[in-house]
Amino acid sequence: MRGKVVIAGMGQTKFGSLPGRTTISLVVEAVRNALEDAGIEKDLVDALLVKPPTSLPGMMTGQKVAEAMGLKPKFGMAWDQGGGAVTGCISYASFLIEAGLCDVAVVTFSDNPKSFSAASYSAALGDTATFGYVAAAASYAMVARRHMKQFGTTERQLGAIPVNGRRNGTTNPNAQLRVPLDIDEYLEKPFLISPFRRDDFALVSDGGAALVLMSAERAKQLGVPDPVPILGFGAGQESWNVELRNDLTTTMAATSAAMAFQMAGLGPRDMDTAQLYDCFSIVPIITLEDYGFCAKGHGGRYVEEGAIGLDGEIPMNTAGGLLSETGMPGMQMVLEGIRQVRGTAANQVKNVRNSIISTQGGIMQTHGTLIIGR
Amino acid sequence: MDRDPSLLPLPDDGPVQRPFWDAAKDGKLVFQRCQNCNHAFLPGREECPRCLKPDLVWEEASGRATLYSWVVYYRPYGEAYKSRVPYTVGIVVLEEGPRFASNIVDVADPEALEIDQPLELKIEVDDGIAIPRFKPAVAV
Repeated sequence: MRGKVVIAGMGQTKFGSLPGRTTISLVVEAVRNALEDAGIEKDLVDALLVKPPTSLPGMMTGQKVAEAMGLKPKFGMAWDQGGGAVTGCISYASFLIEAGLCDVAVVTFSDNPKSFSAASYSAALGDTATFGYVAAAASYAMVARRHMKQFGTTERQLGAIPVNGRRNGTTNPNAQLRVPLDIDEYLEKPFLISPFRRDDFALVSDGGAALVLMSAERAKQLGVPDPVPILGFGAGQESWNVELRNDLTTTMAATSAAMAFQMAGLGPRDMDTAQLYDCFSIVPIITLEDYGFCAKGHGGRYVEEGAIGLDGEIPMNTAGGLLSETGMPGMQMVLEGIRQVRGTAANQVKNVRNSIISTQGGIMQTHGTLIIGR
Repeated sequence: MDRDPSLLPLPDDGPVQRPFWDAAKDGKLVFQRCQNCNHAFLPGREECPRCLKPDLVWEEASGRATLYSWVVYYRPYGEAYKSRVPYTVGIVVLEEGPRFASNIVDVADPEALEIDQPLELKIEVDDGIAIPRFKPAVAV
C-alpha cells in the first residue's frame, strides 16, 4: 500500500482550556480547517471515522458528527481503541480508499476533559478500587517500576522524556504548557504515584483535530497543495489489563512497528523524526526499544544521552507531545509528523523525509504505528 | 443506600467474582482453575481464557507469592484514600500462577521493596471488608 494514500489536509482547534465548547463543535472546527488545508469541499467526503471523546462516551458518535457537518457518508463510525484509534481509523480509511470504496475520508477526534469532565481518567476498574488501585497513571507506574528494576532505568532517565517534551513545547506557539523544565526541577518534585512525579503525566486538554485522506492520484487531480504520503502502518493489541500481563516491558508495539516498517520498506534508521505517544514518561522509552531505535532495556540510557533531542539521532516529540503540546490522545502526533515532512514545524528538523508516529490506548492495551514521508 | 465515600469501595459482588471475596471472609485466598486444561487464573470468569471451556472450580491458594511490580500512592485519588496515603499497590504473582493487584503491607519503606521478592498472604479486615493483602515473606 506504500504511498498510494495521502494525507491531503490537516486541521486543529486551539489546545488547552476551551470552556463552553462541545466536543461536536470542536470536531466541526477541526474538520473545517482540514478541508481548507486540503483545498476541497465537504461534499467530497464519503467516509467519516471518529475517535470518540474519552470524557463523554456515547452512542452513535460517528453519526452525530456527520449530522453536525451535514454529511451522509457511505462509511461512518466511531472507533473504540482509546488513543490507538487514531491510527486505527487512518488504517481503515486507507483500506477503503485503496479498495476504491470511498473517495475522500475524514478522520477526526475531539475531547474536552479539561473544561468538562476528567473523571474517566481517575476511574477504578472493577475490584481494584477496594485495593486503592485507581487511576490509569498507577498502571503506567507499574510498568515504569518494572522497567526500572529489570533494566536499571533511573528516575533521571524517566525525567529526560518530560524535559525533552517541555523543551520543544516551549518554542511551539500552539503548545498548552510552554514552561521549560530542567532535570533538577523534575527530580525535586514529590512523587504522586511513585515512581511518577507530576511531570511524568500527560496534560489534561480540550481540543480537536482532523485529517483528510484520499488516494495520491485523486490528490493530484484535485490539485491538493501539499499532500503527505502514507508509507506504512501497523497495529498490535496487548489487550490484557496490566496486572495480568506476564511481561510489562515488551509490548505488541514491536509487532505494530514491524508491520509498518515492512509496508514502507524502511527501518528505524530511515526515520528523521519520531512522534511517539507519551501519555506517561515510560511509554516512549519502551516504544523506542520496541521499534528498534535502541536495544530492549536501553531506552532510558538512549534518551538520557540526547538521542531524542532536536539535533539528536531521532528527534522525538518535536512539538512537545502529550506532556507539553496537548494531552489530546494521539492526533497531535500525526499533525506534527505531517508538519515535519512538509517543513512547516515550529521546531523544524532539517532535511526530513520520513516521520514515524506511534499511538496507543488504554494502558498500552492498543497500539498503532504510522509512517509518513516522501 | 450509597456507601460512605470515605470508606473503601465495596468489591464487585457479582456472581462471577463473589467466591473470591466470600473466601477472604473465611481467611482464604482462592483462584479459579480450569478442569479441562488445568489453567489457573484470576479474576474469576465464566470461561477459561486459555481453552474457552466453562469447567471452572475455585481452589485455595497457598498464600505464597512474589512481587512483580509495585507503586506507592502519595496522592489520594478519591475520598476513601485520603487517610491512607502513602499506601502500596503491587502486582502479586501467586506460586500457583494467577496474578492480581493487591496491597503490600507491613513495609517500613515501600520504595525499598524489590521485584520478585517473596510475599505471603495477610488477610486484613478494613472498613468492614476482608481483603487479601500481602506482606514480605519472613525469611526462613
